[in-house]
Amino acid sequence: MPFNRKPQKFNAAIKTVEIGTGDKKVTLGGENVFPFYAFDGEIANGPKVGVEISDLGLENEVPGVKAYYEGAASIGEVAKKAAEMEGADFVCLRLEGGDPNGANKSVEELVAAAKEVADAIDAPLVVEGCKNVEKDSELLAKVAEALQGKNVLLLSAREENYKAVGAAAGLAYDQKVGAESAVDINLAKQLNVVTTQLGVKPESIVMNVGSASVGYGYEYVVSTLDRIKAAALSQDDKMLQMPIITPVASETWGVKEAMAEEEDAPEWGSREERGISMEIQTAAASLAAGSDAVILKHPQSVATISKMIQALV
Amino acid sequence: MALTGIQIFKMTPKKNCKECGCPTCMAFSMKVAQGAMDISACPYMSEDALAELSEATAPPMKTIKIGTGDSEYSLGGETVLYRHEKTFVSKTRYAVALCSCMDDAAIDAKLAEVAKVDYERIGERMHAELLYVNYDEASGADRYVEVVKKAAATGKVLVLGCSDADVAAKALAECKDGKPVLNGANASNYEAMNKVATEAGVVLGVSGANIDELYDTVAALEKLGNKNLVIDTTEDTIKETFATTVQARRAALKDTDRTFGYPSIVNLVKVAKGDKYMQQALVSLFTMKYGSIVVLEELGYAEALPLFGLRQNLFTDPQKPMKVEPGIYPLNGADENSVCVTTVDFALTYFLVSGELERSGVPVNLVINDAGGLSVLTSWAAGKFSGNSISAFFKENVEDKVKTRKVIIPGKVAVLKGDIESKLPGWEVIVAPLEAVQLVKFLKDMQENGQL
Ligand code: SF4
Repeated sequence: MPFNRKPQKFNAAIKTVEIGTGDKKVTLGGENVFPFYAFDGEIANGPKVGVEISDLGLENEVPGVKAYYEGAASIGEVAKKAAEMEGADFVCLRLEGGDPNGANKSVEELVAAAKEVADAIDAPLVVEGCKNVEKDSELLAKVAEALQGKNVLLLSAREENYKAVGAAAGLAYDQKVGAESAVDINLAKQLNVVTTQLGVKPESIVMNVGSASVGYGYEYVVSTLDRIKAAALSQDDKMLQMPIITPVASETWGVKEAMAEEEDAPEWGSREERGISMEIQTAAASLAAGSDAVILKHPQSVATISKMIQALV
Repeated sequence: MALTGIQIFKMTPKKNCKECGCPTCMAFSMKVAQGAMDISACPYMSEDALAELSEATAPPMKTIKIGTGDSEYSLGGETVLYRHEKTFVSKTRYAVALCSCMDDAAIDAKLAEVAKVDYERIGERMHAELLYVNYDEASGADRYVEVVKKAAATGKVLVLGCSDADVAAKALAECKDGKPVLNGANASNYEAMNKVATEAGVVLGVSGANIDELYDTVAALEKLGNKNLVIDTTEDTIKETFATTVQARRAALKDTDRTFGYPSIVNLVKVAKGDKYMQQALVSLFTMKYGSIVVLEELGYAEALPLFGLRQNLFTDPQKPMKVEPGIYPLNGADENSVCVTTVDFALTYFLVSGELERSGVPVNLVINDAGGLSVLTSWAAGKFSGNSISAFFKENVEDKVKTRKVIIPGKVAVLKGDIESKLPGWEVIVAPLEAVQLVKFLKDMQENGQL
């Protein structure tokens, strides 16, 4: 008896969400098979890779990242190089400097940085706030206003501030809303429900269902992604069919394995190589479990993950 | 697939002789169907009936054992495709690739590099458990046997990548006691390879030019009576390899197609030779999706640290939250005078908190309470992380071991401050910020202000 193929076909699909404008715009989602299951059916768009840059500059980056951006004097020039990186589909600007417990930059200053970046590139743009819910409510709303017409994705609207962020990004200024929840399928769904109840179109929502580095409770990320994709496709759960974006770099470059200096952990070898591997392996695992986009930082990781995606879809 | 009592009853001799301890054959059949009795309790079942029953009750995927002694590993035996459904039981094992085309210096260097990575992470030994020794025809059989001997001397379990039956037999003569895998059967040589593997008593790896050929070859080997197999799901391209690996596992577990009910080998050297970054991406992908053995060229610390972390996470039992041992964990060179920071024994919390504490560089004693493996808020709500439990834990396990009388508690349970202070006389209770990431600044500030 020959092998009997039993493809998993679904009468449901992940919604498509477009980011950016013009030739370079990207479409997230659209697939109606499990991640990379091209043998079950054609994969509509394939996952996308974003390059993270920060308003705080390059000072704390590893040598390979610094070298890549050498000569870029302004955030606009950094953004331009990010957009040109091999394998890059979009740029993600993190406005970390807004953190009231950190640099505490003013909203005006950060909006100006976002504007400079948006004007410098024609690649799609994702703008991430500083993670402080109050500050982000104001900051992301102002960014949404300032970048009207650019069709940017704003990260993130959370349980505490989805009204402010969702209304500004999704309703007033017609941008895309990133809905961020904490590694739990029910929380992810709930946030989508209330965000759509605000009037935000489901087609304008991208989920960030939480992330972690591999080794750091990553099983919760895997199971959350697995379960969301299963509910979206096999149960046709409309409130879980938004594509998923996963920030990877901001998790992986902050863990011990990627942070420890070589003199503190001599047997571990090059810090940069550890960081790249952490980033690549976490990104590959996230994509395998169902992320439609990952945000990375190191040029080697961006090129490798992009190449892996091309090889699989 | 489980059989019903009626189906089993049809196979009994219907003698009602009571030798099985049941009043009737029907009663016996019901008990077997429920799993309360084993079919062997009836001495009168026919051979055919027994074979049919054991086939019907066999697990969908075989557990295959390789190696010996402390280096014995189980592969396969999975029952689910997703970890949240139940649990994954047999960890992915990693094999570093050697080739008889390499000269001695290159092989020694590789073996030295492999030996370097051997460490513990939450109670689990992390190292490359296997070596894959690939046969290069051009350098000949004798050279291959030499390299196999060298590899076997490391004590690691070998996977012999060799599809020449005569050469394989020579190599096995040197290493078969270590219970290696002979990976080399295919559509054209499977009879000869089967003979070599069964004579040596080792697991046979099967490959195919495509998924259909692989399937047919496995079926042919089963027909020859060999069910001690692993399937090499590596194809020509990354895409095809992923397709075959996933489809084989899915067929076995979801569609109970037992022909594919064997562990897999994915050889990244074939699909991403020389590209170590792509191999890093793929080793993660195939750890997530159904590689039982993954072969790669390099497994230094850079590759190992994320990979073993991923594997440890994936193969935990989702019903049992990962817990760390309660107790005192001195960080950054802390001694008995260093401040205590306390939290719960939920592994994720422990990792987040200890990571941030290490980042701060401030010497602290991290005190892990017994909170049932739950997160801070959950255990607090369940009464497992309370003023009572924390003070009792400190009195029993901490007070006589440290001289400091300062303890920092999680910001999320700030309400416990007064309660702990009243139950732990002499201690100063300090409330930490809400999020673990804020600990670095918090501790550094305290250190600068001389509060520690
Ligand atoms: S021993 Fe076998 S034949 Fe006898 S009663 Fe039990 S089932 Fe029936």
